[in-house]
Formats: sequence, C-alpha cells, structure tokens
Amino acid sequence: MIAFANVNYFEPWWVQIVKSIVIFAVVFAILPILIVYERKLLGRFQSRYGPNRVGPFGLMQPLAEIVKFAMKEPMRPNTSIAYLFRLAPVISIITAIAALAIIPWGDVQHIFGQRVGLYGIDVSIGPLYVFALAGISFYGIMLGGWASGSKYSFLGSMRGAAQLISYEVSQSLSIVGVLITAQTLSLTGIVHAQRGMWFFIPQLAGFLVFLVASFAETNRAPFDLIEADAELVAGYFTEYGGTPFVAYLFAEYANMIVVSGMAVTIFFGGWLLPFGLNPPGWVDPFVVLAKILLVFTFFVWIRATLPRLRYDQLMSFGWKILLPLATLNLLVTSIVVVS
Amino acid sequence: MTPYDVSEDVIEVVRSPSPGPIAGAYRVFGETLRGLKTTFARIVEGPVTIQYPEEKTPVYPRFRGRHRLNRFEDTGLEKCVGCSLCAAACPADCIRVVAAENTPENRVSAGERYAAVYEINLSRCIFCGYCEVACPFDAITMGHDYELSDYTRSDLIFTKEMLLAEAIERAPLRREGE
Repeated sequence: MIAFANVNYFEPWWVQIVKSIVIFAVVFAILPILIVYERKLLGRFQSRYGPNRVGPFGLMQPLAEIVKFAMKEPMRPNTSIAYLFRLAPVISIITAIAALAIIPWGDVQHIFGQRVGLYGIDVSIGPLYVFALAGISFYGIMLGGWASGSKYSFLGSMRGAAQLISYEVSQSLSIVGVLITAQTLSLTGIVHAQRGMWFFIPQLAGFLVFLVASFAETNRAPFDLIEADAELVAGYFTEYGGTPFVAYLFAEYANMIVVSGMAVTIFFGGWLLPFGLNPPGWVDPFVVLAKILLVFTFFVWIRATLPRLRYDQLMSFGWKILLPLATLNLLVTSIVVVS
Repeated sequence: MTPYDVSEDVIEVVRSPSPGPIAGAYRVFGETLRGLKTTFARIVEGPVTIQYPEEKTPVYPRFRGRHRLNRFEDTGLEKCVGCSLCAAACPADCIRVVAAENTPENRVSAGERYAAVYEINLSRCIFCGYCEVACPFDAITMGHDYELSDYTRSDLIFTKEMLLAEAIERAPLRREGE
C-alpha cells in the first residue's frame, strides 16, 4: 500500500499560505473566463455567436457584468430573514473555495530546495473532505432559499434539498470502487495508482454514475431543477441581486471546477499523460487544467443537449437506477479486488 | 343534479409499450448520444447569426423601404405634379401635399403644377406602398432604406428635399429570385 497523505507534513507554514493564495487567485481568475467560455460555447451549440461585443471576442464580458453587479443596490425582501439571507451566499462560496484545496494540480516538486506539493492539502480522507464540504454547501442553497421569504426560492431550495441528498449517495458510492482499487483515500495516491491504467476504463460504470450524479450535485442541466427558470423564476437565488448573486454564481462554477477536478483526479489520471509522455513537473498543473476544461466542455455540451428532467423522473432515476448501479459496481469491484 | 362521476371524464391514454431493458438502455444512452451528435453538428456548421450593424440582410428589389421622390433624368425636372393622389390613397394619412403653379421663370416639374410642400410623416407611415401605386407619374417610389430610427418625432417628418435627395443605399440588394 502506498503511504501518501503524509500526516507529518513536510512543508513549512509559509509555503502553504503561498500555495493557498496561488490556488485561490488562479481559480478565481479562471472562473470569469469559464463563464464567458460556457456562454460562447453554448452559443455555438445553438448556431449563434454568444457574447462577442465587449472587448476582443467578447472576452471582457464577465468584467463588464461584474462591474454592473457590483454597482447594484443591495436589496432584500421584507419577508426575508436578514442575517440568514446574507449568510447563505457566504456559506456557498466559502465551501466551494475550501473544496478547491483538495484538487491535486501536480506531484511533489522541488522548488528552491523545498519539497512543495502542487496541491492545497493532501489529506488522508481525500474525497470525504469534498463530500463533507458539499454537504455544508447544501446549507447555502437551503438557507438562501428559505430565508428569502419567497415561494419560488422556497420551492427551489426544497427541490435542492431532495435532489442533493439523493444524488450525494450515488456520487459517494460510485467512487468507492476506485478507492478499493487504489487502496487509498489520498487523492495524490489515487493518481499514482493510475500509472498503469486510468480508472475510467476498469471503473466505467462507476465513472458514468459519478458523472451523472455530478451534474445533479452541481445543479447543472439536465438536473437544474433547483433553478428551473421556466417554473421557478431562478429557484433559490430568485431574490438575490448584486454581489450575493455573483457569490452564488461563482460558487456554482467553483463547484463545477471541483467536481471536474475530482473526475479528472479519480478517473482520468490527474496530471498523468497517456502514451508514455512524461513531461517535467511544472507542466502538471496545465495538464490538470486542460483535463478540467475538457470535462467542463462536456458539462456545457450536455447542457446544450438535454432538456430538464421532470421532478419524479429525477427522483426515480436517482434512486432506482443510479444507486443500484453504483452499489452493483461497488460489489463487483470488491469481489474482483478480493479474489 | 347528478353527482359528479369521475369515470366519465377519464380518458384512457394510449402509451407505447414500456421498453424492455435493452430498448430502455438504448432509449437512455442511444438517444442521448444522438442528441449530443445533433448539438455537436451545430458547432461544425457554425453560427447563422447576421452581425447586424456590420453586416446587413440584403433586401429584395421590391422591398418597400423609405420613399423617394424622383426626377426626370434628362431634364432634371421633378416628376411630381402635386396631384395629391398619393395623399388620398394613403391609409395612414401621413402624406401632405401643397401644390403650386409652375411659371415660365420658375419651372419645377414637367406638368402644369408642382408640389410646393411634400411631407411624409414616417412615424405614421405603414409602408404599404399605396402611394406608389396611386401615383400616375411614378414620382414617388419606395426605396430600400429601412434604418429610420431617430431621436425626435419631428425628425421623422421627411420633407421634399430629403425625399428628393439621392438615397444612400445602406442595405445590400438581393437579386430577384435569390
């Protein structure tokens, strides 16, 4: 068994601070680009251009929008509960940022005579950390919708509660197969265990379940019943405007990065490259980023393709198909591993 | 009053037979893949958007845009004789014509009289083209200009000079039958 996830951590405290700042800054610089990328790609999927007026190729669009949102007057419905209303988006974004810490962007490198791991932290509980934070981020949605004091928000957050709880089960179960095969919970350890073969080949069923459950966990189409703009105005953030709205938006996209990063780490070999390519260590983060972008592109592709599910379809799909499939996958994997 | 019987209103919905495991799996994955292929084909095709201010939809030759008053090409005299038939034909009542007599020293039109005032209120005009049909001398015709927005309503009352002026062809022309 590989003994990664070193508890006696080898990095001095200042390296960890620098790392966290770098990860935070880079990811938050990427988020607006992701948003404009999604909108442009979505446009192409629908035979149109998408935003292309602000700046070259419309790249300044998110900047213009953020300025617009920042100028908005903060407003709150009379029926809302003030402190919960303000706290909810904060919970959402903090958990999303905290979950970023776990994604391994690269192997341990030697920088200035220091051993530096290109990841926020390598905890020995890996995926559990992400699931725990996903569990807390659910409070952001739930409280936001509930504290708004509006029917649409309430309905949205109620749907969110049911959906997130249902799909969390399948999502966690789907990766247990990988954990058994890799025999570690540390995400870097999982990546190292994929040197021979990326896990999405032996764990195809688990990968598919994980992918579908991830769509539901990040409230993306076709599982965006929480927002469901046709029925509930915008779901749980109907009453939000200005910067709290941006917080929710960024939290959603940060969650997508986290989920894509998890998919890349667990099923697509993290920073490893196929065909025996072995680039120097500084390339690793770019490899991971490229893979994350590919997964993100798939997210957008699915969003452009599939219509939103009906609520009962969502529930029966989650409990009757995904959960048995994930359990079966786990069962088969454990039999294969043990025998 | 007879009690409400639910069974009368219940309509039997005919559904296709529920698919078996293989057909069901095909429905879920096969149709999803087909959808993914369809959307991806849209990327390959490229956008169909016309980037309006930069590129414009071509107009047909018989497109009814802003009116123009015409002159005779050889003599340069106005074709309009101030008969007010266009004003009579106009269903929106947006044309105002005040006629005046031509004199030997001041000859404006080919006929006996000419239009001293010719105004079209384009904020009222419905671009039906009846004025063009009513005109016995082809003095007023519909042009191809459709970019007519302005800041004030009074600017949209086009006077005789504006209608007589050589129109700037801003929209490209489409060939007949294209």
